Amino acid sequence: MWRYLVPLGIFVVLVVFLGIGLKLDPREVPSPLIGKAAPAFTLPKLQQPEQTVSPADYKGRVWLLNVWASWCVSCRAEHPVLNQLARSSEVPIIGLNYKDGREVAQQWLRQLGDPYTASAFDEDGRVGIDWGVYGVPETFVIDKRGNIRYKHTGPVDQKAVMEKIMPLVHALEKEPA
Amino acid sequence: MRKFILFLVLLWSTSALAGVEVHKFDNPEQEQQYNRLVAELRCLVCQNQNLADSNAELAQDLRQEVYEMIQNGATDQEIVSFMVARYGDFVLYRPPFKSTTAFLWIGPFIILAVGFVILLMFIRKRRQSAAVELDETEQARAQQLLNDNNETDTP
Repeated sequence: MWRYLVPLGIFVVLVVFLGIGLKLDPREVPSPLIGKAAPAFTLPKLQQPEQTVSPADYKGRVWLLNVWASWCVSCRAEHPVLNQLARSSEVPIIGLNYKDGREVAQQWLRQLGDPYTASAFDEDGRVGIDWGVYGVPETFVIDKRGNIRYKHTGPVDQKAVMEKIMPLVHALEKEPA
Repeated sequence: MRKFILFLVLLWSTSALAGVEVHKFDNPEQEQQYNRLVAELRCLVCQNQNLADSNAELAQDLRQEVYEMIQNGATDQEIVSFMVARYGDFVLYRPPFKSTTAFLWIGPFIILAVGFVILLMFIRKRRQSAAVELDETEQARAQQLLNDNNETDTP
């Protein structure tokens, strides 16, 4: 009896573990920045280089930081979702234009629409490193006190907006500043 | 043949392109420190490569970051904590020992110990089943056979 049950048991455990392993996405690296203060930066705006963008400008508000680039194919895929979110004007979306060219990036926004309240121009990717960016596009949710509360790696889709991002934004808006 | 030569040329050209940056160091210790760190830090884009091996753009940027920190006299510890603060323990090929990584470190030894215990039990069981109990007549017969054997052996 045991002769059959033991290998069967081991097999079942193995299948369960491999099954869990299949469901995990190795690209999803948990960010150590969740719950910590958003890294500070002051960068020129993409469209108006003489003006600057800084997370400090949005203290007291819940906002999103979306890391994007014109060379990033998945950014094109998520762009309509961001445009739609921007039209609802429920939450400001700040763009972090990561390792891009000023001309092509502006062209990209003219062509596909500009959902960003402001886009910071991070030409050398230094700010990206500070925010732990490793796979553009990435989207962060920042609370009123300037802490990062959530990070979405990869293109945001309608489902992520409806089920994760917006419920969190609404909950954070109830928090005291 | 021409295709083969073309193939070889193509192989050569990519290897020539890999890791193109040249870093100048003030002293050999700094160069050693750099080589040690880029071998220990994981590239987050191509996750099974370290920073030294990866040609991803982020890996190039992070190599540059490591280089600049070394130039400014940062210690290994400072550079590693800079990376961990941004990318988490994942960036380390040898994650630190703590509650979340305890199983990672001890797990293989636990599995080894369990395997050893099972092996011991198996051996013991076989030994027990091999030891056959003889009743009195069988024992007497065995004794007789042994005695016979002794007599024929010693003339």
